[in-house]
Amino acid sequence: MAIGVKVIERPIAETSYVRAALQGMGRTLKHLFEQKVTTQYPEQKESLSRRWRGTHRMLTTEDGKAKCVACGLCPTICPANCIKLVPGEDERGNRYPLAFEIDEFRCIFCGYCQEVCPEEAIHLGRHYENSEYSREGFVYDLERLTAQTHPVCEMWDPADPKGE
Amino acid sequence: MSPSLSLALLQVVDRQAPAEFWPWFVATLVKLVALFTIYMIVVAYTTLAERKVSAWMQDRYGPNRVGPRGLFQPLADGLKNIMKEETLPPYANKVLFMLAPAMAFIPAMILWAVIPFAAPWASPWGRIEMQLAPLPIGLLFVIAFSSLGVYGIVLAGWSSNNKYALLGGLRSSAQMVSYEISMGMSLIPVLLVAGNVTLNEIVNQQASLHLWNVLTLGVGFFLYTVSAFAETNRLPFDLPEAESELITGYHTEYSAMKFSLFFIAEYANMLTQSAMIATLFFGGWDIPFMRADNVGAVSFPLVLLSFAIMFAKTLFFLFFFIWIRWTLPRFRYDQLMSIGWKVLLPIALAYIVIVAGTLLALDAAGLKRDFVYGAILFAVNAVLAVVMFRILDRGRIVSPAYGRLDPQELARLRSVSRARTHLTVSAGD
Repeated sequence: MAIGVKVIERPIAETSYVRAALQGMGRTLKHLFEQKVTTQYPEQKESLSRRWRGTHRMLTTEDGKAKCVACGLCPTICPANCIKLVPGEDERGNRYPLAFEIDEFRCIFCGYCQEVCPEEAIHLGRHYENSEYSREGFVYDLERLTAQTHPVCEMWDPADPKGE
Repeated sequence: MSPSLSLALLQVVDRQAPAEFWPWFVATLVKLVALFTIYMIVVAYTTLAERKVSAWMQDRYGPNRVGPRGLFQPLADGLKNIMKEETLPPYANKVLFMLAPAMAFIPAMILWAVIPFAAPWASPWGRIEMQLAPLPIGLLFVIAFSSLGVYGIVLAGWSSNNKYALLGGLRSSAQMVSYEISMGMSLIPVLLVAGNVTLNEIVNQQASLHLWNVLTLGVGFFLYTVSAFAETNRLPFDLPEAESELITGYHTEYSAMKFSLFFIAEYANMLTQSAMIATLFFGGWDIPFMRADNVGAVSFPLVLLSFAIMFAKTLFFLFFFIWIRWTLPRFRYDQLMSIGWKVLLPIALAYIVIVAGTLLALDAAGLKRDFVYGAILFAVNAVLAVVMFRILDRGRIVSPAYGRLDPQELARLRSVSRARTHLTVSAGD
């Protein structure tokens, strides 16, 4: 026996195998008829937090164009370096993204892009069912980002820290 | 071979063989097909029941995707196992590796040949026994064949050429051989009371006492059930599989249908042992509160009723097996061996002597074998059970880790620990 192991005298009620076994049998039998707790996933879904940070979504203006003005703040702040932005400018001097890609595999879902965006264009989404057949499928381009319809993540509000 | 010749041969072997060949032949075929079908369906659905019951005990739903409420899950499992790749380890002994799953499965199934599953039927073509082979030595046959099950497991473990599998096989041989003895010994009181080794007669004897053997021979029932759990490698005795230590033990190297056969064998063994417990200790097919079924062959509705009763008892014990499995943790290997050799075997031997003495005394007192006789046996057993559990419960059935210490050393450690506790308490003050 190892040094320093405490050997404690215990009453028979604690060490009895037969009693413990019978108690266990009773316990399992009781649970046999109890309410089940499994969420039947594809049919039932657990509700997500309003601040759940899932795959991105680009909001659009009324005429269906991305709100993004290609300011370049989100690729700058992105700690995972997963946003690729090529800015463009039309004849009236309005900046717009020529290319806007987010590699969702690199993304760490910190939400900085959404926080930093001056136009409230890029958002993280309340969405988690992402599956693709290839790695390339996880590089979301502008078209795909604008086409997403899931609800967007709400930002943390310092005035209402618990989100009530 | 002509029917008359085979009948003549049969009558040489068995004096009670039927007088006519064709009714016997057709009846046997029908029984064979029906029994095999029911047997395999029950085995398949026991796998589902195991998963369902374990899930319910853990507040889950269990498999519920295939078919209504998951009822087709066994079919899906079977299909999956047939489609899977068969692997053959390069250094395995190929012949034995292939043979082992069948050797594990067949003994469990053969036992059903002698288990009576219903009362004999007084058919228009004569008396038809509701067991495949109405052997006069049914119980001996059962004991002989149930010990064959270990070969499949041992050979599987050895032929796989895998250390985990070999350890599993070794454990199972040690375990099954050890428990085989106490199992056989625990059946001797049943034979003493019944005075017969024919399973049908054992059923009838229980009916004539108006008490099931579980009451008149309660300690024997306990010994037999514990041994049966060990024989079927079920928890708390699943040392041969022991996932946490041996991957899956003897069937580590098996895949697809060969693995599935081991799985089926385990459940087939459970089913057989459930039926044996029901027959030997719970009155078998006997219809309770009714004497008409024990005096001879009965009408067909009564046959069906007795079959339903037997079936219900068997299903209950299947549930019992599952219930135990999902409640009790596995024994340590030294505990397993000490339970087998130091506890069950001496108890079984002493129990034989006590039961034999009691029977001798009761017969000498001129008591008829009826309810009073059974009641006295029950009283003796109740006292024995109380004494047994009181003695065994003092840390000896399952010894704690310090149970193997020298008593003096244990006393010294305890005094040290007490002194230390005292010091800490006084320091805290």
